[in-house]
Amino acid sequence: MAGGLRARSAAKRVLRWGTLATFAVLLAFPFYWMLITTFKRTGDLYDLKNNPFIFNEPPTLEHLRLLFQETLFLRWLGNTAFAGLLVVAITLLLSLPAAYALARLTGRWGSRLGIGIFLTYLIPPTLLFIPLSRIVAWLGLQDTLWSIIVVYPSFTIPFSTWLLMGFFKSIPPELEDAAMVDGLTRFQAFLKLVVPISVSGILTVVIFSFTLVTQEFVYALTFISSASHQTVGVGVPIFLVRGDVYYWGSLMAACLIASLPIGVVYNLFLDRFIAGFTFGSVK
Amino acid sequence: MSGARQRWLGPAMFLPAILYVLALVAVPFLLAFLYSLGDVKVGSQGYHFVGLRNFQSVLQSPTFLRALSNSFVFTVSSQVLVLIGATLLALVLKDAFRGRRAIRFLILLSWVAPVSIGSIGWKWILDSLYSVINWVLIQLHLVKEFSPPMWLGEPRLAMISVILVHTWHMLPFATVIILAGWTAIPKDIPEAAEVDGAGFFRRMFQIEIPMMLPIINVAVLFGVVFTFTDMTVIYILTRGGPYDTTQVVPSLAFFTGVLGGDLAEGAAISIFLVPLLVVAAWLMLRSAHRAEVT
Amino acid sequence: MAIVQTRALTKLFRQGQVGAVVNVDLESREGEFLVLLGPSGSGKTTLLRMIAGLEEPTSGEIFIGGIVVNDLTPRQRRIAMVFQSYALYPHLTVLGNIEFPLKARRMPKPQRREKVQWAADLLGIGQLLARKPRELSGGERQRVALARAIVREPSLFLLDEPLSNLDAKLRASAREELEQFQKRIGTTTIYVTHDQVEAMAMGDRIVVMNYGSVRQIGTPAEVYDDPADTFVATFLGSPPMNLIELPDAIVGFRPEHLHVPGALRPGEPALLVRFRPSHEEYLGAERILYGRLEGGSFDGKKAVARMSSTLAERFTPDAAYDFAIAEKDVKFFDREKGTRTSRRPVA
Repeated sequence: MAGGLRARSAAKRVLRWGTLATFAVLLAFPFYWMLITTFKRTGDLYDLKNNPFIFNEPPTLEHLRLLFQETLFLRWLGNTAFAGLLVVAITLLLSLPAAYALARLTGRWGSRLGIGIFLTYLIPPTLLFIPLSRIVAWLGLQDTLWSIIVVYPSFTIPFSTWLLMGFFKSIPPELEDAAMVDGLTRFQAFLKLVVPISVSGILTVVIFSFTLVTQEFVYALTFISSASHQTVGVGVPIFLVRGDVYYWGSLMAACLIASLPIGVVYNLFLDRFIAGFTFGSVK
Repeated sequence: MSGARQRWLGPAMFLPAILYVLALVAVPFLLAFLYSLGDVKVGSQGYHFVGLRNFQSVLQSPTFLRALSNSFVFTVSSQVLVLIGATLLALVLKDAFRGRRAIRFLILLSWVAPVSIGSIGWKWILDSLYSVINWVLIQLHLVKEFSPPMWLGEPRLAMISVILVHTWHMLPFATVIILAGWTAIPKDIPEAAEVDGAGFFRRMFQIEIPMMLPIINVAVLFGVVFTFTDMTVIYILTRGGPYDTTQVVPSLAFFTGVLGGDLAEGAAISIFLVPLLVVAAWLMLRSAHRAEVT
Repeated sequence: MAIVQTRALTKLFRQGQVGAVVNVDLESREGEFLVLLGPSGSGKTTLLRMIAGLEEPTSGEIFIGGIVVNDLTPRQRRIAMVFQSYALYPHLTVLGNIEFPLKARRMPKPQRREKVQWAADLLGIGQLLARKPRELSGGERQRVALARAIVREPSLFLLDEPLSNLDAKLRASAREELEQFQKRIGTTTIYVTHDQVEAMAMGDRIVVMNYGSVRQIGTPAEVYDDPADTFVATFLGSPPMNLIELPDAIVGFRPEHLHVPGALRPGEPALLVRFRPSHEEYLGAERILYGRLEGGSFDGKKAVARMSSTLAERFTPDAAYDFAIAEKDVKFFDREKGTRTSRRPVA
């Protein structure tokens, strides 16, 4: 009885898993390669006669040791974390009230500003970095972490505002109306009622903004010149060299550490981001 | 409730954000035009208006013209690859299956990890001496042992490498967007198409993809803009080399304006990104307007 | 014309924990309008989708025109289906929508246009051909869905609650149009609904379902006047049949059969009861009395009576009156299984 229909769905399954496996391998391979390179002895790494896919000599922690003890890697991680935290704080401080105001207090401006937000992402860093480098110098922030702490919110605020706007719109306004009848001002209702309910939206914004900070390259490269003030995204590919020589073992170790945790966290929050996309578009 | 007294609250709440973004986006944007029409250099004090002299010199430079053509090749090639790849990937991902979460994690990595990190990872994989790809090719006897491809050293191969790495980075983002569009199609429409006698390909190309066109447009628009204006992959893999053969407009602007110190010429180069951005903005506004009307 | 037949058709979900459709045997006659009626979750839509080929049965067989179709895709079964939401292709015009099945069949353009015109005229939507679905009203969309369905002249029509998305006012006229339409084209039709009024009005035969099984198959008169069990008895008819639980049986009679004694034919064998109505609903054309019965084995049980407003009698609330039920209108049901049993004398 099964015959045709079963055979067809078996073929479909093979095709699907074949395609998936191919894509997954192609997309994830570099990270796997980072993993292997991190633990391979230098001699093994640079011996062309060896099969690169296996450990011809036993694995080592030497590259990790070198990375943590003899490079600025930990410093960069610290810099990035510090900048990230502050940028997230500034973003929340500015976009929470903005999103609320746009969701509640203005009428048809809401959708116009939504478009406006999208439009800001059409103005790229590679157009603004030259003038911004002068502005940064004028503020006396060149070659400091503060330069990027000040500049980054310019691209985290628009999307965070849009995401939170969609989120706030889904909260029934009756809640705040009831609070105001009970005697709170609107701003108090916002602080004491709306913000605590929106923890999940706020968390999404935090994660998203933090990942944007870790991924940024152009501004950090432009504004910060000395290695000790750099972020991970620029420090690792640019400053993890001795002269002209790349120390691939430690370099790959650094890459691994810089990618996997973010990957895990982002994967957990992906559904929220997508919901944020579609939330924001439901007017 | 909120009378005239509270009318200031709304603007007070959203103005800080708007002013902040305006200050760091609109102001530098205008300055870019100003610099391109002046003679500003790093360390210079004054400003002298020089008209279109910078643009003239830029347009006469063969390096720039090469970079401009590279920008188009880079953008179009990678976007076409991304579109096809993302559609295929979304197709196999849209129906639930066991292990989808794990696969999704693997697929997302190339987008989530900082692109500079991923690029330097690829630099190792494409290394002139120790490339693992070359090792495999040599083992399969597809290339000779002593003249393996110089992925980042030969002009044609370098361009291909840069396009492929950028595609590698952009693929998950496009996939997520297209997947969202695909799953938004109500289930009974493809079913109706099936009952109506449409096979797999007719269903996909005549029914489902046309319905996803608005979202595909968004993905393509942002993809094109991000790609055309991006310099990270190229900077890390080849620094624009060998001999400026992988140089694109944004990277050239960087080398000229930031590393070279000639802010005016650097700004002038980056201004050439604007026409594309204007077209993109216009297309976006048009489709947003259409969406509002229907 | 095709005859649809199912044999022991079963669909289980969740590793056999949930029986959406259980052991359904049915056979539709040529050209008939067969209604699958039941509450939500009764399995009627799952049954329809299995006939269409959109769901794979767990076990059992489906025949269309005498051929086993279990292994055939919907495309290969040559049926037409109208979905509850109409599933019109939003990016195509009405013309494009109706034309689509013919394009899929690779029919040449002139032939296609002819058929589309024929279908559009049949449904009176010729003037809408250039419009897009979002510009149409609910009733117009339904007609486009029907046009798209008949344009291929299929051997079988499947309709999944096509009237439920329409406004109540529109529904009655749309229902009549649908009935006329089906009679005119004469295609065997299977129609799913949860609305028993629709089922009674439109169906040649009704398949009453609950929890995945078929409770009764019959003409409207059969399922209404001769229900197979208490479920069928109470699902059809509004207000539902009065069911009185007695120690050895369940007694049922419909509200419209609880008469004032004068309304019965002289000499008609009848059951006499005393009825104390507590309140009355005036619905215009008829009146509904809610109250309790008194005396004998029915004492204290609730009952509902239904009568035409043209009847002269008036009733004061909480006063007791003599009522009668013709014996032929009294049905008996088994206490445990709820199925119909033969009549037994009542004390």
